[in-house]
Amino acid sequence: MTLTPQDYQVLTPYILLTVWACILLLLDLFIPKNRKGITALLSALGLATTLGFTLSQIGSEETGFFGMVVLDGFSTFVNALLLVSGLLGVALAYGYIRRTGIERGEYYTLLLFSVTGMMLMAQAADLIIVFLALELLSIPLYVLAAFARPRTESEEAGLKYFLLGAFSTGFVVYGIALVFGAAQSTNLAAIVGYASTSSPSLLLTIGAALILVGFGFKVAAVPFHMWTPDVYQGAPTAVTAFMSSGAKIAGFAALLRVFATAFPSIAVDMTDVLWGLAALTMIVGNLIAIAQTDIKRLLAYSSIAHAGYILMAFVPYGDASVRADSVAAGLFYLVAYAVTNFGAWGVVIALEKAEGKGLAIADYAGLSKKYPALAAAMTVFMLSLIGLPPTIGLVGKFYLFRAVIAGGFTGLAIIGVLTSLISAYYYLRVVVVMYMRDGEPTIERETWLGLTTGAMAVVTVVVSLVPQYLFAWASEAVLKLF
Amino acid sequence: MEFLLQPLTLLTFFPILGVLVILFMNSEMKNAIRWVALVASLIAFGISIWVLTMFNASNPNLQLVAKYDWITVAGWNIQYHLGIDGLSILLVLLTAFLTPISILSTWTAVEERVKDFMLFFLLLEVGMTGVFLAQDLFLFYIFWEFTLVPMYFLIGIWGGPRRIYAAIKFFLYTMAGSILMLLAILWLGIYGGTFSVPDLIAQGNIPSDIQLWLFLAFTAAFAIKVPMWPLHSWLPDAHVEAPTAGSVILAGVLLKMGTYGFLRFNIPLFPEATVKAAPWIALFATIGIIYGAAVSYAQADVKKLVAYSSVSHLGFVMLGLFALNHQGVAGAILQMINHGLSTGALFLLVGMIYEQTHTREMKVYGGLWKITPVFGTVMLIVALSSMGLPGLNGFVGEFTILLGAFGSQAIGNAWYAAVSALGVIMAAVYVLYMFQKMFLGPQGEVVAEVKKHGHGIRDLNWREIVTMVPILVFIFWIGLYPKPFFALMAPAVENLVKMLPIP
Repeated sequence: MTLTPQDYQVLTPYILLTVWACILLLLDLFIPKNRKGITALLSALGLATTLGFTLSQIGSEETGFFGMVVLDGFSTFVNALLLVSGLLGVALAYGYIRRTGIERGEYYTLLLFSVTGMMLMAQAADLIIVFLALELLSIPLYVLAAFARPRTESEEAGLKYFLLGAFSTGFVVYGIALVFGAAQSTNLAAIVGYASTSSPSLLLTIGAALILVGFGFKVAAVPFHMWTPDVYQGAPTAVTAFMSSGAKIAGFAALLRVFATAFPSIAVDMTDVLWGLAALTMIVGNLIAIAQTDIKRLLAYSSIAHAGYILMAFVPYGDASVRADSVAAGLFYLVAYAVTNFGAWGVVIALEKAEGKGLAIADYAGLSKKYPALAAAMTVFMLSLIGLPPTIGLVGKFYLFRAVIAGGFTGLAIIGVLTSLISAYYYLRVVVVMYMRDGEPTIERETWLGLTTGAMAVVTVVVSLVPQYLFAWASEAVLKLF
Repeated sequence: MEFLLQPLTLLTFFPILGVLVILFMNSEMKNAIRWVALVASLIAFGISIWVLTMFNASNPNLQLVAKYDWITVAGWNIQYHLGIDGLSILLVLLTAFLTPISILSTWTAVEERVKDFMLFFLLLEVGMTGVFLAQDLFLFYIFWEFTLVPMYFLIGIWGGPRRIYAAIKFFLYTMAGSILMLLAILWLGIYGGTFSVPDLIAQGNIPSDIQLWLFLAFTAAFAIKVPMWPLHSWLPDAHVEAPTAGSVILAGVLLKMGTYGFLRFNIPLFPEATVKAAPWIALFATIGIIYGAAVSYAQADVKKLVAYSSVSHLGFVMLGLFALNHQGVAGAILQMINHGLSTGALFLLVGMIYEQTHTREMKVYGGLWKITPVFGTVMLIVALSSMGLPGLNGFVGEFTILLGAFGSQAIGNAWYAAVSALGVIMAAVYVLYMFQKMFLGPQGEVVAEVKKHGHGIRDLNWREIVTMVPILVFIFWIGLYPKPFFALMAPAVENLVKMLPIP
């Protein structure tokens, strides 16, 4: 068995970014302390080049490294989304880490390494690669969460994230071991082959369930969400912005691929579990969010709640007639969530002051009078998170709920819309404070931050008016998956 | 270009042009902003008249249709589809008519954040017009939910002391209904393979047990909006706290979106369920009529009185709609317009006096007619129109509705109509009671109170008269010669009633 150039072709974007990150790590040593903007620029350049390469791969279908990684529409879609998230993460961090005095070149390289891990996750066709990617994406994130050392909240966030992350990885590994025990292989294609020839075994079900638990931690599904609010609150806000989107995208991408391709045979057992997990996540996330007074915690619970919505896309996965549709809906919802989420965090960063001040929702009072554009952008993001027109959030929910109803899970859809109603209450509170209370907020004016937030607001609205192209891409991305 | 120049597209989105202009204006140029908003809404009204001239009243089908593929990938079949017919044309005209009037009424009433106010107001007009024109369920839902956003801001920023509570209550209440409708829309879209309303109606093969569920889901959205008793509790709060122009649009147009929804979606999409539900809806409508009237009478705040009277009036509209015969439905459509005109005018008048006295307690008023003869006369006409005096518009609508309800096979019981007729009498009681308290008798304490601070209460000025005259014209016109209005809708109503499986 030898490796051919084709094997490397499958992983080109991943290799490109990894090499770039390694070079940047060295280059950074020669960049003077007060010029770290260059590192940011170079990392963005690397991400953009890789993105270009990824986009050029649209339509390619290949497997490599003896079936351990694949390149298909799904991975290209997710990789593109991840790379854009990386770019946005750099843009949001650029001014923020300088202003908060934590500007070090490693920030950007760590971010790049994390993105490579996420990309590998999207391309994994073997549970071992899934595990490898999981570690690769997580470890840089643990460091980033603690990046504001010696601020105790940040250290606490890093440690908490690390401990619980390690714990959850344990579940994944154990799950993989059990699946291997049942199927005698960790390769997804081999597992499919095993499941189609023999009757579903309990071992396989338990293995799948354990993998679900491990990833439940990563994507912050209830009841594995306990770390989320503390980590999101304690980590530097720019890190939170990146990790709340990036880690979720990667985690869900892996879950979607593993469940939709390898585990349909045990759908009878898993559907109820996923149903309960989705419902619980939506209900708990939205209910606890009501009580929050800190914007970072509010968005943390909102991110938990949205994990619940995306989980709904998994519930009908056992039904072959709607599987493709629901995976595509999940992908689209991930895009909608990422765009909106980055925008909202951008606004949070704009208002954050030194020492973690300016993060109470009450600090947003009077924003609409002093900075109407920023308040309008935040309103767009809040509307999108609720799922109201004219935003991408509504279109995402429309797509998602359609898949759920088509799968015959009307009860879950009802829970979904009712919890959106609950969410309207707390998202609107932010709007109330911005528009209907008086205050004297001040913001940090940073070019890249402003551009990112503005662009996200425009995308949120415009894509909702012409969603057909993204719909088409998402649905084509999943066509060859099964 | 062809897309943008469709008359209905132009009508719906023209106010956006005003929004764009205002967006780039300095917020200190308050008067210029007001003029831009007024002119934009007047041009939109002009376009609506143009649409009326092209409208063929004898054709019962959708006209001036603008239909383009929108999202037709990944198993979706969503179209950008606007159309107008006899069921919607009067409501479209009402929307285009009331918007400039409302903007005119804010000239001195809204001094703070004029720019934001006008932006939201014009966006609201886009949403409302879209709701009445959309013929695709997805498009309709977008417009429907979108109207919530500007109205929420109008109440929440420029409203009274409890504005934030009222705004959130309005938002959550309405959204609670619409999200259930969203699920029903998705179900229809999956089942029928299209979101196009005419196509779905033409297919019309929904099993009757499912029809009932879908009917209920749509009803949840529309009944809250109307609002039908017992889902009305958001309305008094929203009305009382909203700024005058907001109340006018809320009562004049937004509530009609609910009744229109029954007319456009519930009845033709779920005919079997409609016939089954008719007696129940009639029951709730009747309770609403009596309850609204009784509670109106008990109010001390004149704006609250008008707000509760809406519950009663909209009860008549619902009764007429679910009489499911030609007279009932036609009367209901006309009564929607009547209510928009009379109640809109009442809110405008209440706003005009409130602007001077800053109180709405009826007991502090009295003897106003002597001080402000023009105001008193206009108020009397509008009040009489609201209580249904023959010769004015309210009578025509309510009388036709009651005729329809008496003879309705679908309701099957004349008692509903008989009890509802009591509502007309009760309307006379609370309206005249209000008029007597405020305009007759000895001068109230507020007159002296206002005098202390300046010139005392003044009569209507020219701007206010200009605001009221168009409404008065229609109050008399519909009251004396309603034929052209009925003629506009008759074929469409006939068509609608014909398709119902009434035993």
